[in-house]
Amino acid sequence: MKTMNVSLVGVGGQGILLTSDILAKTATLAGCDVKKSEIHGMAQRGGSVISQVRFGDKVYSPIIPDGTSDLLVSFDRLETLRWRHLLAPNGKVLMNDTYITPITVSSGQQPEVEDLSGKLAAEYPDLLKIDAMQLAESLGNTRTMNMVIAGALSSLTPFGTELWQEAMRQRIPAKLIDLNLKAFDLGRQAVL
Amino acid sequence: MSHKVLLSANEAVAWAACKAGCHVASAYPGTPSTEILENIAKFKDTINCEWAVNEKVAMEVAVGASIAGARALTAMKHVGLNVAMDPLMTYTYVGTNGGLVIVSADDPGMHSSQNEQDNRNIAKFARAPLFEPADSQEAFDMVQAAFEVSEQFHAPCFIRLTTRTSHTSTVVDVGDDFGPGNTPVKPYVKDISRTIPVPMFARGQRLKAQERTAALRTFAETSPFNRIEPGDRRLGIVTSGVCYQYVKEVFPEFSVLKLGLSNPLPFELIRKFAESVDKLLVVEELDPFLEEQLLAMGLELVRHETELNMLEMNPTRLIALRKELLGDVELPAVKRADAGLPTRPPVLCAGCSHRGVFYTLAKLGATVTGDIGCYTLGAFPPLNAMDTTICMGASIGNAFGMEKAGHKGRIAAVLGDSTFFHSGMTGILNVLYNGGKVTTVVLDNRITGMTGHQDNPGSGKTLTGDPAPVTDIAEVARGMGYKRVEKVSAYDLPKLEAVLKEAMDSDEPAVVIAGGPCRIAAKLTRAGTYAVDTEKCKACGACFKLGCPAIVRGEAVADGKRFKSSIDPNQCAGCGLCPQVCKFDAIKKIR
Ligand SMILES: Cc1ncc(C[n+]2csc(CCOP(=O)(O)OP(=O)(O)O)c2C)c(N)n1
Ligand code: SF4
Ligand code: SF4
Ligand code: SF4
Repeated sequence: MKTMNVSLVGVGGQGILLTSDILAKTATLAGCDVKKSEIHGMAQRGGSVISQVRFGDKVYSPIIPDGTSDLLVSFDRLETLRWRHLLAPNGKVLMNDTYITPITVSSGQQPEVEDLSGKLAAEYPDLLKIDAMQLAESLGNTRTMNMVIAGALSSLTPFGTELWQEAMRQRIPAKLIDLNLKAFDLGRQAVL
Repeated sequence: MSHKVLLSANEAVAWAACKAGCHVASAYPGTPSTEILENIAKFKDTINCEWAVNEKVAMEVAVGASIAGARALTAMKHVGLNVAMDPLMTYTYVGTNGGLVIVSADDPGMHSSQNEQDNRNIAKFARAPLFEPADSQEAFDMVQAAFEVSEQFHAPCFIRLTTRTSHTSTVVDVGDDFGPGNTPVKPYVKDISRTIPVPMFARGQRLKAQERTAALRTFAETSPFNRIEPGDRRLGIVTSGVCYQYVKEVFPEFSVLKLGLSNPLPFELIRKFAESVDKLLVVEELDPFLEEQLLAMGLELVRHETELNMLEMNPTRLIALRKELLGDVELPAVKRADAGLPTRPPVLCAGCSHRGVFYTLAKLGATVTGDIGCYTLGAFPPLNAMDTTICMGASIGNAFGMEKAGHKGRIAAVLGDSTFFHSGMTGILNVLYNGGKVTTVVLDNRITGMTGHQDNPGSGKTLTGDPAPVTDIAEVARGMGYKRVEKVSAYDLPKLEAVLKEAMDSDEPAVVIAGGPCRIAAKLTRAGTYAVDTEKCKACGACFKLGCPAIVRGEAVADGKRFKSSIDPNQCAGCGLCPQVCKFDAIKKIR
């Protein structure tokens, strides 16, 4: 199997690291060689976050070179634009259709991006969007948003649902697993 | 038989320590090394482990355990090793009894550090063997080997991780027999000719250290961690650590000499490799550590324009190198989004107890010598309340130095509780002893926040979650002889202002302890909610000066240049600071 490069980006506190962890575990269960690399922000919430997962027969570099991500999974609209340089020419983009206003904008230090939607559409004509926040709300727990995104992401990977679910069981506490599996299903259905 | 798990190199170090039968582990947190001890704590049944108050003490505890015959490990970030140098540089003469493994986690690219250091230089300086894992499997294997080597050669052994190994998870075969090794503690036999290096003994030890280096070099020649991977002989690449992965990615067809045990260098193996290839290239991260030694060996190396010796290595940089040297690749096409997207810098959390202190110090026009922790963020807009940050504990000496230099106006040294215990105590004693009048402000949030909320002597708990005595910083200062010691709530702005002003304007040294728990660690992020009454809000902008991420722009007022304030109820932590700065009584608690 050719190495697949997945970059996951967003804002600290959105559950990106758990999502990338589960992707990496799923790939491990599938027997792939895997590397998952992340830059831990500082303890505070709200900064830009990136995690990179590579899997295939043999993976060397933990860092995905710019311009070679097969898949960019973004948890926030603005971050989707910020990490444009990661994407390979024929790469796919899965975007959570949510926007968290950066403190620099909300406090008036920097201007708001003009026409974010227009810019996104121009940069990514085949952008795959999912409103994971709304789907998570429909389950009564917005903290499952990351598993909704994982569900959507699963449909873009070569791994079957069973493997994903097994990875989730290994990683998520028993009392929360059913809710999270539901969130995963919702996300998967939403993009199929 | 194999048993495969996905582990970061930090986790792998902990698993290996368990398997090697490590008895004692001591460390002080620091990114990217922190998770090593956090994971060792999971093996607390067999490894006696702790958060030390600083790296020097951690090293001393590990050294003591090693002297007593136990296998010991200490771990720290690169700058932590600077603090621990003193015991290291002598223990390397004394030599180990039980194996001693020192993990240095370097941070190329300064993802979360104030500088970049290549601590391979320190291993060489200390005449200590050095392993450089390229992934978690190697971290797992090398830590176990390091304990053996440390005991065989009586040398403390280094493991050098970098951010990219520490924080990358890779598949590790831990073996299906994984479990705690039962290495016995070696007997301790008193021998002061070894453990008391007074000059008459130390000179002998010095010679022994030299002989040991020679013996280790011979050992490195045949170590399985130093291997030649033959390939196209037109180019031979010497590499180590995570750079090996980038080399395999970008120069897959060429011959490689991978150095896993990279100090002391196996000269013969390197020469043999050099002779087997047409041209020799070195690829390493940070300093030209291998390169300079290879040049000193008289070897000819490929010269290139592509800069490799600073900041983090990555495959893109090697693609640029390949393009320069071979001209057979192009850099991947990269499309960038518009420049000028709003940034998302880290900010003090909503409700953080540090905020009010900086707000007040800025209001009082103080020069603030700062320190390292979450609170370093007080330096940035809109608080703008910090002048310097050098290294942990430096705030106090720096303030005193400025005072001695005749700096005019108010001066405050500001540091956190963990930083105070780490290296602030000697600083305040020095001020007192030498007749200074520095005001030291301790931001006492009872946790080591920045590195992800580790316990410390003020938090009442140890690494393993056991209860511990709570050290009262005020009592520490009083015990030293400080007369002006004040405790004040970090959320009481009027009192903070009065206390800080009086302390800075007085002619005696002072310690002010501004207390308030870290909102994240104490799970107080939902302690209440405040809201702005838009009728009453006069868009004066005062509350924006706090830099609380929950306070956002509301509607514009008539002139269009000013904005009313609004509080995001999902972010407000209910700390109650903002109502205190609103002169129009527009902010009210709603929950
Ligand atoms: C010598 C050294 N060791 C460790 C670190 C990593 N480090 C940065 S800040 C910090 C602790 C800060 O804790 P505290 O002083 O309590 O402040 P808080 O982050 O809680 O505000 C640590 C351990 C460092 N920068 N230098
Ligand atoms: S993690 Fe704690 S100390 Fe750090 S900014 Fe947040 S509330 Fe403040
Ligand atoms: S301080 Fe009060 S009046 Fe001024 S902007 Fe804030 S809420 Fe409005
Ligand atoms: S009370 Fe005010 S300062 Fe405190 S967290 Fe809420 S909005 Fe921020």
